[in-house]
Amino acid sequence: MMVSHGTRKIYLKWCRWIGTFLAMSAICIPGLWIVLSSFRPNVEILAKPAVWIPQDLNFDHYAAIFSSDPGQGAVPVWSYFQNSLIIATTSTLIALLIGMAGGYAFARYSFKGKDTMFLGFMLSRTVPGIALSLPLFMVYARLGIIDTDFGMILIYVALNLPFTIWLIDGFFRQVPQELNQAAQIDGCTPWQAFWLVEFPLAKSGIASAGIFAFLTSWNEFALASQLTRSTASKTLPVGLLDFTSEFTINWGGMCALAVIMIVPALLLTFIVQKHLVAGLTFGGVKG
Amino acid sequence: MATVTLEKVVKRYGPIDVVHGIDLEIGHGEFVVLVGPSGCGKSTTLRMIAGLEEISGGAVKIGENIVNDLPPRDRNVSMVFQNYALYPHMTVAENLGFSLKIAKRSKDDIEKRVAEAAAILGLGDLMERLPGQLSGGQRQRVAMGRAIVRHPDVFLFDEPLSNLDAKLRTQMRTEIKKLHQKVKTTVIYVTHDQIEAMTLADRIVIMRGGHIVQVGTPMDIFHNPANLFVAQFIGSPPMNLAEGIVGSNGKLTLANGDVLTLAPDMAARVPEGTAVTLGVRAEDLAIDGHGRIGSHISTIKAAVNLTEPLGNESLVFFEYGGSEWVTRMFNPRDIAPGETITLHVNMESIHLFDKTTEKRL
Ligand SMILES: Nc1ncnc2c1ncn2[C@@H]1O[C@H](COP(=O)(O)OP(=O)(O)OP(=O)(O)O)[C@@H](O)[C@H]1O
Ligand SMILES: [Mg+2]
Repeated sequence: MMVSHGTRKIYLKWCRWIGTFLAMSAICIPGLWIVLSSFRPNVEILAKPAVWIPQDLNFDHYAAIFSSDPGQGAVPVWSYFQNSLIIATTSTLIALLIGMAGGYAFARYSFKGKDTMFLGFMLSRTVPGIALSLPLFMVYARLGIIDTDFGMILIYVALNLPFTIWLIDGFFRQVPQELNQAAQIDGCTPWQAFWLVEFPLAKSGIASAGIFAFLTSWNEFALASQLTRSTASKTLPVGLLDFTSEFTINWGGMCALAVIMIVPALLLTFIVQKHLVAGLTFGGVKG
Repeated sequence: MATVTLEKVVKRYGPIDVVHGIDLEIGHGEFVVLVGPSGCGKSTTLRMIAGLEEISGGAVKIGENIVNDLPPRDRNVSMVFQNYALYPHMTVAENLGFSLKIAKRSKDDIEKRVAEAAAILGLGDLMERLPGQLSGGQRQRVAMGRAIVRHPDVFLFDEPLSNLDAKLRTQMRTEIKKLHQKVKTTVIYVTHDQIEAMTLADRIVIMRGGHIVQVGTPMDIFHNPANLFVAQFIGSPPMNLAEGIVGSNGKLTLANGDVLTLAPDMAARVPEGTAVTLGVRAEDLAIDGHGRIGSHISTIKAAVNLTEPLGNESLVFFEYGGSEWVTRMFNPRDIAPGETITLHVNMESIHLFDKTTEKRL
């Protein structure tokens, strides 16, 4: 019994490693494959049977998409990037501001229709975005905000807000109400009590809500592909379509643009990951 | 330091009154304990004084000023919460100095007063820790430190010891009492623990169902409970009770048929034929051969259920008049369950309550 106990432990340890490895592979390999493909010539990408070991790595696709000749596969990367950045950042900031106000109100106050409103928020998440694209298109066309940053920011704020409020509500709920009261007794105005005591305690959670909102806007494709058409507002995910033409798909260029799109999202996630982890494993705010 | 006055204070949640127009005057530097069963409105009353709860009717005065419409920050009160409510993202020093920082005091001033509070409460080595790195007792002390740095007019405590284990609770109780003797600030202290109330209070305020039932010094309340509720609530072990009727010549006939002889002044006070509840504290009963009490004595017999030895005395539980009674036995001997004992009742310190109104007679 004693001996088998030891071997069983080792066996279980290996199982865990293999399990983790398989799971991570499933998550990472497609991404890695994209990165790898962006550095490989199209012949190698499309080779059949697949060439597993890269023979020739170069920056040709990147050079091509940044070149000035559309015939070479150039795309207005910089415009797309700028649009994506402006739209995602602005809509995230607005969603966070409104989300904080809303989340705080839901967490701290009781008011008429609160539950109904909350349910409404959640139900709004059940409607697939694509189903909204036609009505939205018509409304936006009437308002003349098709193909504008403003239009995209508006739709992304609306898209993100329910989830942002829901998340932030949860984080404020974890901050004991007594802390606000203690602060008020210590001389704070309600405004000071919020910014000096409650906000610092919820800010990890708010940061993680921000990441979710940013990534949703940054990666959103379905609505953007309907509501944008030119460099005025086209975002990176929509830009990926530039590589498809009637008869061919420029896989290499597409992968290169995809990498350009993934890198900022990864960077941002790394920068705030400390907060993200703290936010997601919240629960330690006890006086 | 300040007086606190409540005048017909009402708290209403929607259509429901939870505090029914209470009146109370608290003097300079007095230590007043609000005590009562769960849900009787103690916290609500305290929070109305703090400004954390709106006052639905009547007036709350601190000193000469009506504070009904002042926000908490303008009332100059400090509060210690049941779960301490320390700011988790600030060190102990920052927690202590927070109110002074908000009041825009100079750095030197803040440091001086934080150090002073830390010295009073023995927080010296903990100043750089976060609340999460402190034990329950230490947090409690920091919460009290945070309350005293501001030199408030009134301290408010809402069950500050109920999250501590029994031993620490006793110890902190002593510290709170010492603290009050040192700073002499008016204290309003909420608890549902009658022992805390007895040991700490200058005056006890007993509440029930949103009313004040009795106000008095601990001794006064212990010896002269206004009604059956107070009598049962204060004192440990709880008062022994039996039903009976006052007959002629000062005889009290109990429901089980026993007849006790009332002390002359009580016999004169209570009219013949009154249906009463008899209340006898454990201290006012003596097992035959184990101590003598008073000069007016009635004797009863009962069968023992159980004894609880406490060392120099035992608690003896026995069946009497349909309920379980208890007495203290000094110089205890072994008593087997089921053994019949003879007990002497000190008729001078028994209590009689009107059976219907429950008022003390
Ligand atoms: N927000 C509220 N809405 C409605 N009723 C409330 C609210 N807060 C408190 N109450 C009611 O007011 C009454 C008094 O509550 P309070 O908290 O003052 O009791 P307490 O004496 O402090 O009791 P405990 O010893 O349990 O703390 C209770 O019956 C409670 O149910
Ligand atoms: Mg309470």
